[in-house]
Amino acid sequence: MSELISRFDVTFPTFRLQVKSSLPAEGITVVFGPSGCGKTTLLRCFAGLIRSPTGFLALGEHVWQDETTGFFLPLPQRPVGYVFQEPRLFPHLSVRSNLLYGWNRTPTSDRRISLDQVVAVLGLDSLLERRPSHLSGGEQQRVAIGRALLTSPRLLLMDEPLSSLDAPRKREIMSFIQQLDREFRIPIIYVSHALHEVVQLAKTLLLLKEGSLASIGPLGEIFSQVGIRRVISDSHIGAVIDTRVAEHDVEFGLTTLAFPGGQLSVPHQNNSVGESLRVQILARDVSLVASPPAFQTSVLNVLEATVMEIGHIESDQPFVDIKLDIGCPLLATITRKSLAALKLHPGQKVHAQIKAVALTHDSLD
Amino acid sequence: MLDVDLGPLWLTLRLAGVTVVVLLIIGTPLAWWLAHTRSRARTVVEAVVAMPLVLPPTVLGFYLLVLLGPHGWIGSASQAVTGSALSFTFTGLVIASALYSLPFVVQPLHGAFESIGRKPLEAAWSLRASKLDTFLTIASPMASRGYLTAIVLGFAHTLGEFGVVLMVGGNIPGRTKVLSIAIYDHVEVLEYTQAHVLSAGLLLFSFLVLLMVYTVNRRLPIHVS
Repeated sequence: MSELISRFDVTFPTFRLQVKSSLPAEGITVVFGPSGCGKTTLLRCFAGLIRSPTGFLALGEHVWQDETTGFFLPLPQRPVGYVFQEPRLFPHLSVRSNLLYGWNRTPTSDRRISLDQVVAVLGLDSLLERRPSHLSGGEQQRVAIGRALLTSPRLLLMDEPLSSLDAPRKREIMSFIQQLDREFRIPIIYVSHALHEVVQLAKTLLLLKEGSLASIGPLGEIFSQVGIRRVISDSHIGAVIDTRVAEHDVEFGLTTLAFPGGQLSVPHQNNSVGESLRVQILARDVSLVASPPAFQTSVLNVLEATVMEIGHIESDQPFVDIKLDIGCPLLATITRKSLAALKLHPGQKVHAQIKAVALTHDSLD
Repeated sequence: MLDVDLGPLWLTLRLAGVTVVVLLIIGTPLAWWLAHTRSRARTVVEAVVAMPLVLPPTVLGFYLLVLLGPHGWIGSASQAVTGSALSFTFTGLVIASALYSLPFVVQPLHGAFESIGRKPLEAAWSLRASKLDTFLTIASPMASRGYLTAIVLGFAHTLGEFGVVLMVGGNIPGRTKVLSIAIYDHVEVLEYTQAHVLSAGLLLFSFLVLLMVYTVNRRLPIHVS
C-alpha cells in the first residue's frame, strides 16, 4: 500500500505549523483539531498553496515537493482535487462548464472519471444547465466536489466542506463523501473540527494541536487511548467500532450487530443484514462490574472485557479512563472511587456494561 | 449657412479610442499587481496612479510638454529615433491622455480584481489551470463589469480633457485640435452656433454612452461583491 509522506514547517507571525506524517494513501483521513490549530494550513501545504521552505511531500513514488533539491510542483500540476469550505463555483459558467473546467484541462490519458459517473453519483442531472447562483448551498457544494473529482485526482483534499450547510444537507453530502471513497478509490484528506464527522467518516485520524501532530493512527485505536481526553476535550469520546448487521429481532424490535469481539443489540435499524454500520460507544456510557456479574441487569449489552490500561489519575478529577479489550479496544470512564472499589489492574477480567450504543449516522446535530 | 468643421470630432474619437486601448494594455497588469501584491511599493504606486485626479491638468501638461519636447528625455529620444519630438503630435497627445486618464481605468480594474479575490483563482489552479489560463478564463470574465466601467470612464474622460491637450498638443487642425479646444476657439471668436452644435453633440453622445453602459451593466450576469 502506498503512503503519503510529508514534512512541513511553516512559520507565520503568530503561528507555526510543524508536522511530519506518513498517512495511508487509501480511505478517508480526517485531520481534526480545534479552530486555529493549523488544519487548513496543513491542507494548503499538501495542495502546494503554501510552500514550506524545508518541506517534503510524496505520494507513493511520486515526489511533489523536495526542498533538499529545491523541487516544488505548483498546484496546477499536482494531481490533487481541492474542495474548499465554500463551493467557489465560477459564477459566469454553467454547472456543466464548472464541472468540465478541470476535466478539459486534464490530459486524456489521466482521465479515469467521467462526467456521467460524477453526475450519477452526486445526483447533478437536473442542475447541469443552471448557473451556480441558482443552486442551493448543498447543490453548490456537490458541484464543487464533482468538479474536483473530474480532474481524476490521485488525492482529494477537503477543507470542512460541510461547514456552511444545515444539518439535512450535511447528512446528504456526508453520505456522498462516503460513497466517493467506495466508488472512486481516491484517498481523501478531510479537515474537520466537528467530532461527529470524524466518527462517521474517518478511517485514519490525524490530530493536530497548536500546529503540531498530537496523534495519528486508525480511528478505532486513537479513540480508545486513555490519554485521548487531553487531546480532544469533548465529552463525546469513546471507542468507534465497525460492525455488520447480523440479524433483526422483530419481536423485541432490536437489531443485532456483529463485530470482531462479539455482538451488540441496538434498537431496530433499517439496514439489511450484512450491511456495515459504524457505531460509537461513548466512554461515559460504559460501566464495569466484577466478573462474573453477580446480579441481573437491564443493560442489554454486557461484554467480557480485559483491562488493558488505566489512565492517568489526577487528584483533582473524580474520573479516570480505562482501556479495555473486548476483541477490539473499548474505552470506559469510571470514578476513581469505583476504580479503588473494584481494585482494577491491567490483565484483570471484568464485564463491561454498555448503556448506549451511538449510531454514528444519527449523531448529526 | 451653418459651417461646422467636424474634423476635431473624428480626431477626438480616435484619440479617445486609442488612449483606451493603450490604457487597457498598461492598466490590466498594473491593476492586477495592485490587487495582489503585498509589496510596500503598492501604496506609492497607488498614490502615483491617483495623481492625475488631483493635479491641475496644466501642471501635468506642462511637465509632459517639457518631457516630450525636443529637449526632454522622451522627446529627444524620439527625435533621435524618428526624427521628430513628440510635443504637438498625435502620439504625444495619446501619451498625455493616457497619463491623464490612467486612474479612471486602473481604479475600476483594481477594484474588480480585488473583489474577485484569491479564492476563485485558487479553485482554478486546483483544476489544473495555469496562472495565465486562470486570468483569461476566470478573472477577466468575472471582472467584466470593471472592464466596462474602465473603458467608459477612460473614453469619456479623454473626450472631455482640455488643459493637458492644449499644453502638449497645441491647436493644430487635423493633428491635435480636439473637440474641447475647437469649442473654445469657436466661443473666442463668438461663433456660438458652431460651439452649440459641437457642445450639444458631445453632451448627447456622452449621455447616450453612459446610458448604454448602465443598462448593460445592470444586465450583466455576473455579480462579484
